[in-house]
Order: sequence, then C-alpha cells, then structure tokens
Amino acid sequence: MSVRRLAKEQPASWDFAPVTLEKAHWWISKYPQSRKQSAVIPILWLIQKQDGWVCEPAIRKLAAMLEMPVIRVLEVVTFYTMFQLEPVGKAALIQVCGTTPCMLRGAGDLMKLCADKIGHKDHISADGLFTWQEVECLGACVNAPMAQINDYYYEDLTPQTLGQIIDDFRAGKAPKPGSYAGRHTCEPAGGATTLTDPALYDGSKAAPVKIPNAPEPA
Amino acid sequence: MVGILEDKDRIFTNLYGLHDPGLEAAKQRGAWNATKDILSCGRDWIINNTKASGLRGRGGAGFSTGLKWSFMPKEVREGRPHYLVVNADESEPGTCKDREIMRHDPHLFIEGCLVASFAMQAHACYIYVRGEYVREREVMEAAIKEAYEAKLIGKDNIHGYDFDVYMHHGAGAYICGEETALLESLEGKKGQPRLKPPFPAGAGLYGCPTTVNNVESIAVVPTILRRGAAWFAGFGRPNNTGTKLFCISGHVERPCNVEEAMSIPFRQLLEDHCGGVRGGWGNLKAVIPGGSSVRMIPAEQCEDLPMDFDALSALKSGLGTAAVIVMDKSTDLIKAIARISYFYKHESCGQCTPCREGTGWMWRVMERMASGEADPKEIDMLLEVTTQIEGHTICALGDAAAWPIQGLIRHFRPEIEARIAQYRSGKPHVQGATLAAAE
Repeated sequence: MSVRRLAKEQPASWDFAPVTLEKAHWWISKYPQSRKQSAVIPILWLIQKQDGWVCEPAIRKLAAMLEMPVIRVLEVVTFYTMFQLEPVGKAALIQVCGTTPCMLRGAGDLMKLCADKIGHKDHISADGLFTWQEVECLGACVNAPMAQINDYYYEDLTPQTLGQIIDDFRAGKAPKPGSYAGRHTCEPAGGATTLTDPALYDGSKAAPVKIPNAPEPA
Repeated sequence: MVGILEDKDRIFTNLYGLHDPGLEAAKQRGAWNATKDILSCGRDWIINNTKASGLRGRGGAGFSTGLKWSFMPKEVREGRPHYLVVNADESEPGTCKDREIMRHDPHLFIEGCLVASFAMQAHACYIYVRGEYVREREVMEAAIKEAYEAKLIGKDNIHGYDFDVYMHHGAGAYICGEETALLESLEGKKGQPRLKPPFPAGAGLYGCPTTVNNVESIAVVPTILRRGAAWFAGFGRPNNTGTKLFCISGHVERPCNVEEAMSIPFRQLLEDHCGGVRGGWGNLKAVIPGGSSVRMIPAEQCEDLPMDFDALSALKSGLGTAAVIVMDKSTDLIKAIARISYFYKHESCGQCTPCREGTGWMWRVMERMASGEADPKEIDMLLEVTTQIEGHTICALGDAAAWPIQGLIRHFRPEIEARIAQYRSGKPHVQGATLAAAE
C-alpha cells in the first residue's frame, strides 16, 4: 500500500470545463441508470486531464454529480495511484517504470538521468515544467526500459534518448511516442521474423468458410 | 521458418501493427468472417467446442475457458441480466500481450466479445482496461465505433443478437486484475477483492451473473470456432493445447512478443525468436517463466523445458501469462527479487493483514539481504513468513508476493549466504542488524 494524502494547499473552488462535463455525461451513459457511481474513475481522470491534478473541491463536485458520499470518492482518489493529488510539471509528467523487467534493462540509469536533469523524485522541478516519478510495471516489458510521459509510452529508451526527449519537452516541442530504438512496435529488433507470409494479407482469409463440425440443420 | 508455428496458423496476424487495425483491413485478415454462422450453431455448441479445443484461460490461472462459461445460469431471470466483463487490466510484470491485441487486432477481440456474450446470454460487455493504456483505449474506442456503424454490434445488428460493448478504465491498481477487485472497481469503489463464494457467475457485476475473462482468451475464440476445435487442439501437448502469445523480456538479444505453439521448448523459443540469451546460452542464470508472480527456474532446468502449464508447475513454477523474464549471469538476483517484493508491497490493497503487513516486511528483509546486512538465520525466518502469508489472504496477491521469494531461496540460497558473509568479512563488529525488520 502507499500512503497518499490530499495536497495541503487547495483552490477555493473548482468547476467542470464544458468539454469535461460533456465527456463526463458520455461516461455516465455507459452504465445502468442506477449505477452512476461506476463512472467515478473515468471522470476523476477527466478532471485530472483538465488541471493536471485532482483537487479537493473537484472531489466534492464529483460526489454531488454522482450522488455519492464524499468519503467514497476520497477513498477512490487515494486508492488509485494514477491520480495526482498535487500539481505536476506543466510541460511533462514523466513516469519511469522501475519494476524488474525494466530494471534488468537499465531503468536505473533513466532514473539517475531524471534526478540529474529534473531534480528530486515526486517533486515539481524548480522551473515548474517537470515532475518525474518511479512507477510500477506499465506493461510494455519487451520494450524496456520505458517511461510514460503525459499520456503516451516512450519505449526502448537510453539516457541519451530520454535526455533528448526531456530537452524537447522543455523547448515546447511534442516528441513522438513509441520506440526510440528504431523498432515499429513489439517485434524483435531488426524486423519481424514471423507474420511474413503474404497470404495472410491478400484477402484470402475473408473468403467464405464452412464452420467445421457445425451441427446439421434440423 | 523460425519456431514451430507456421504463419498460416497464427491467430493474431497483426501482432506487430504492421498493418491497419481498422475494420476493412481486419476483415481482409479474416475477422468477422462467418460470425453469423458461428452464432447460428447455438450456445451449447459454442461452449462445447471451446471446451473441446482445450483452451485454458490466458490470464494466468489456466482454467478451462469453456468450462468457466458453462457455470453461468442457463436461464436469464427478470431483473438479473448477464454480463461479460473482459479483464484488460494487464499489469503483471513481464506481460504485454493484451496491449498488442487491443491496439493492433481490436476487431478480433470485439468479435470474441460478441461470441462469448452470445454463449452466456449476455447483452452487455464491459472491457476493463488499465488506466495507463491510453493509446490502446483510443484504438479500442475507434474500433467499437466502427463495429457499431457497420451494424456488427449494437441494437438490430446483422447478427440478430442485440449486444453492446463498453470500454471502462482503471487508474493504476495492479490488484484490479483480480476478478472480484475488478468488479468492485467497475462499480466505482476501491479495488479490494471480494470473499468467494458467491462466485461472479452467481453474483458478479451489480450482483448479477458475470463471467470475467482475459483479453487473449476471448480474442482467440472466433478463430478457434472458424477453424475447428481440433485445429487448435492440435498444437502443444495434451491438456496444454493451442497457440499462445509469449512476451520475452530481460536479458535476451532481441526482446519481443511472439505467438507460438504451446509446449515449445524454452531454448528454441529464445533462440529462434529472440536471438538467444545475451552472451550465449551458457550465460543464462535463471528465468521467471510466467510473470513476476511465479517462482524462478535456474538455468540447469531450462535445457529441454516445454513452455506449458503442466511442465512448469511440475517444476514448482507456472506458465502464468507466459511472460518470460530472462536473467543472465550479470544479474543480481537478490536485488531483482527485492524489486518484485517492492512491487507487491506497493500493490497490496491493504484488506488482509498478512498481505498488508507481510509484503512490507518481506520487502524490508529482502533489501537487507540484497545489501548483505541481514542475519543468516533470517533466511529461514523469511521462508517461514512467506508460508504464513501464502494461502491466508482473500485473493492470490499474498501468494504471488510469497512465491518469487520462495523461488529465490529454493534455488539460490548459497548466493544470499555469500552476500551476507561478504558484507561481514573485514567488519569485526558486525552484530547483524538482527530482527530490525520485524519492527
């Protein structure tokens, strides 16, 4: 478990931006009418997208919207570690995966670079642009080591490539997500050695098939 | 040809995303082909053929998928709709296969949702994807939209079975991969596992009959039924049949995901697809064959090892999610397992005392063992504590936290002892930070 508390300094009030509100209603419509509470995690995520973090007045607003006791929303927001309870860097939130598969391939060097370039883990940088964190397995282990920056995955990183990415964010650019070792996605480096048969893609698989072993029509 | 499986027998033909994930391209690759014919064979036929194919759940536990479906009530009662919930909360360290299915072959997956839901008389399906998979969620939402527009799903669709699919997402809790924690989370609560019974087939999502399946288990079903249960059952050894996505990470030359036949020998899997162990086969030290939760296997047991459920459980390990984490001789195994212990400490939901307190305790001892500060007698104490956590919690996270440590001590105890001895040598007054961790 991790201990997570709300930030000491909170804004006096908070309101949904129109686009957030519209998306929130779209989420609520996915669940049975009496089960609005199901939308709490997706809407908290929208709130975080709006501001970069989740503040206390927003939690109260959401509780009213979903007709939930405030404590239930607080429970959720402190349980799930993707919710940032304090403001984060404006340019980029860098979440370096530190779990064993990434560690084996050099996540430690990436974190050292972040500490050198940005500063303390879990703290917003002096210029207010960056926050970096060590997170648990992000599920891109064959592209290790990797980091999630804002929403997307940056894979097959080295301290050099991550350093360049950080510099690009600092310069206001938007570096491309994906592999930084020249791989397309999760195929072996140097190109796929399977799924090379052209017959898989020539449309022959769309030809009518007879279901084997189907029951005889009565 | 590399490996055992031929390209023509691969189910996920866009695994690497080299082709378009969209509907038209997916149809060209065989998705949504004869789906109506499959449904017209009837519910029992689908369930029986899924059973006959020998498909075992791909989420880690390896329970027969067809059998699981047959546990759902035969009749739908008034006010108690059936649900299919798909577990796409892929968070097991080492595992990254469902991600590729969702972002590259989403239509095979949606088709599987329809077939499975039809077999269980569910008209709604929720896909619970982990919050970090933002890109994957975007692709899935787009694919679902395409399927609605083409009337493949939705009200009055061309298959004649009303069916809705909804994407839902979590927010970074590993425990939500446990099926009842996932249901709690989907209901908008903390992800803490439920006591069973009642099982989800009796009272699951919103108290209604529910089946929770892994993405890969669902996505392979339409192709199995199209090509026949016997085709799928023809791969692998008896009771371990089919094709499987393997994720090979760690110290191999070229880490990758690959779909292979079950029971492929471990060495062949590595050498054919990943360029072998970094520094050659002789440089292999140990492997975690099924995601961080299973016990590791030392190199000497890996030579002719078939990668399947039964062979690995005979070695007191497991196939799990087939996430193979390879470690070469340069690896500090104690540190690697200490990091896994930290993972479980971080991810314990805090509901059961043995796990909440035990995972932190084990991590602190593991860290001291990694630095050598521990006392030699703490090795036995640690082993003893793992057995007290294992089996004494509501869900399997307690077991999963205990097993990696047990695997380490079983196979590499001398390494821990050597580390402690090395730390003490040349320090005349080491007291051995005795029991400091017990506080």
